[in-house]
Amino acid sequence: MALTQHDIDEEIAAERDAYEQRVAAGAPVEHHPDRGYAPYRSSVLRHPQQPPVGIDVTRDPELVELSSPAWGDRDITEIDNDLTRQHDGEPIGERITVEGRLLDRDGRPVRGQLVEIWQANSAGRYAHQREQHDAPLDPNFTGAGRTITDDHGFYRFTTIQPGPYPWRNHTNAWRPAHIHFSVFGRSFTQRLVTQMYFPNDPLFPYDPILHSVTDQAARDRLVAAYDHSLSVPEFSLGYRWDIVLDGPSATWMEEGR
Amino acid sequence: MTDIAMTDPAGGRAVLPTPSQTVGPFYGYALPVPDGGNIAPVGHPDTVTVHGHVYDGKGDPLPDALVELWGPAPDGSVPTATGSMRRDPASGGFVGRNGLEFTGWGRIQTDADGHWVARTLRPGARGANAPYLAVCVFARGLLVHLFTRIYLPGDDAALAADPVLSRVGEGRRSTLIAEEQSPATYRFDIHLQGENETVFLEYR
Repeated sequence: MALTQHDIDEEIAAERDAYEQRVAAGAPVEHHPDRGYAPYRSSVLRHPQQPPVGIDVTRDPELVELSSPAWGDRDITEIDNDLTRQHDGEPIGERITVEGRLLDRDGRPVRGQLVEIWQANSAGRYAHQREQHDAPLDPNFTGAGRTITDDHGFYRFTTIQPGPYPWRNHTNAWRPAHIHFSVFGRSFTQRLVTQMYFPNDPLFPYDPILHSVTDQAARDRLVAAYDHSLSVPEFSLGYRWDIVLDGPSATWMEEGR
Repeated sequence: MTDIAMTDPAGGRAVLPTPSQTVGPFYGYALPVPDGGNIAPVGHPDTVTVHGHVYDGKGDPLPDALVELWGPAPDGSVPTATGSMRRDPASGGFVGRNGLEFTGWGRIQTDADGHWVARTLRPGARGANAPYLAVCVFARGLLVHLFTRIYLPGDDAALAADPVLSRVGEGRRSTLIAEEQSPATYRFDIHLQGENETVFLEYR
C-alpha cells in the first residue's frame, strides 16, 4: 500500500515524542539528525548501525583532520556568487540576496573558507538530468554558486527564490523551498552540508528531511530570517542566515590564513 | 529564525551549531569538479591510485555518493596550496588543477556502478599516526556525512601502533585498511551499513 502523508506525519510525531522523552529523562539536546531517521526512507539502508569510534582531537594536534584544504582567488570567479548572471538572459523568479556569517561554536568568524550552494529554479526544478519533476527548466538559471568567506566570515549570494517541489518519499510528498549549502571550516572535522529554508513555509510540518532534526530550536536554526536591510532597492529581497560549524577545530593558532 | 544567541551559561561552546541535512540527489551539477580525483601532480613518483565502491546495507552500490579525500604530502606536511578547483575567468568554467602543486584535497562522485577512483600522493605519517587519507562521505539518504580513514598497508608496525586502529576490534580493523591490488594501487570499499560496515569516526 502506498505510503501516505498521514503515515509519515505519524512517524514524525513518534520520533519527536521519543526525542522529547529522552531529553526529559536527561539526555542531551540533539543538534543534528539521527542518521537512521525512518520517515526519510532513503536513510534506512544508508546509515551505520555500529557506534562510531570517537577521536579526542585535543590529544593529538598532528591529526590531518585538524587542518583543511586551502581556497584562493583562482578557485572562484567574480560572479560565482551571483546566480542571476551566469547566462545571457535574466532568470525567471523573485530575486533574493542571501547573506550571513560563517562562525565556529565559539562565535569566531571563519575566514577564507569555501561556501557552495545549489538549488531548484523558481518553478521547483533542478538542472539535473535525473530530476523527474515535470516543471520547466529555465535556460537562464543553473542554480549553482560558490564564494569564499571574507575577513569577517561573511558570505553573500544573489539568486532566485527557489520553488518547492514534489519528491517520491511518499504519496504527495513536497519539499519546502530550500537552498543546499556545502561549507568548509578551519578543520576538516567541521565540514558541513546542510539546507537553508525560508521563513513561514507552509510545507514545514510535512517534510521528513527537515524533521530529521527532531529538536525544534535546532530546526529553527535552518530557517533564514527576512532582513529588510539586506533587500536591495528595486532589485531583490534580503535574507540573513548565519552558519555555525560544529566539530572540534584546532586552536586559535590555525586562524591565520 | 536564525538566532546566534549565547545560550550556554557555562561558556565555552557558546553558540549552537547549524544542523546537518542530506546532500540529496541533485548536487551533481554543483559539487563535483572535473578531474576531481586527480589530486597528484602529473608524473609524481609517489602517486597512488585509491578506488572502491560505496555500498548500502543491502550490498547495493550507491550511484549517488560523493567521496572527499584530504591527506598530507608524502613528507607528512599539510598541503597549503590553493587551486583544487581552478577556474577560467573568461568562460567561468573549470580549468582543473595545474598539475604541479599538491592541494591534498579531492572530491569524487561515484559513477553509475557506485565506483570512485582517485590518484593522489602517498600520505606521509604525522605524529604517532600511521599514514592515512582522511575521508568524508556524502550521499542521498545520509543525513549527516560520515568520516573514515584510508590506511595504506605495508608497514605493519606503524599500523599496529596507530592510536585509532589499535582501539578498533580485530574483526573490523580491516575495514580501515586498503587492499593493495598491485604496486601503488589500493582498493577501499565503503559499506555504510551491514555485515562489513566500515568503521566510521567521530571527532570530539
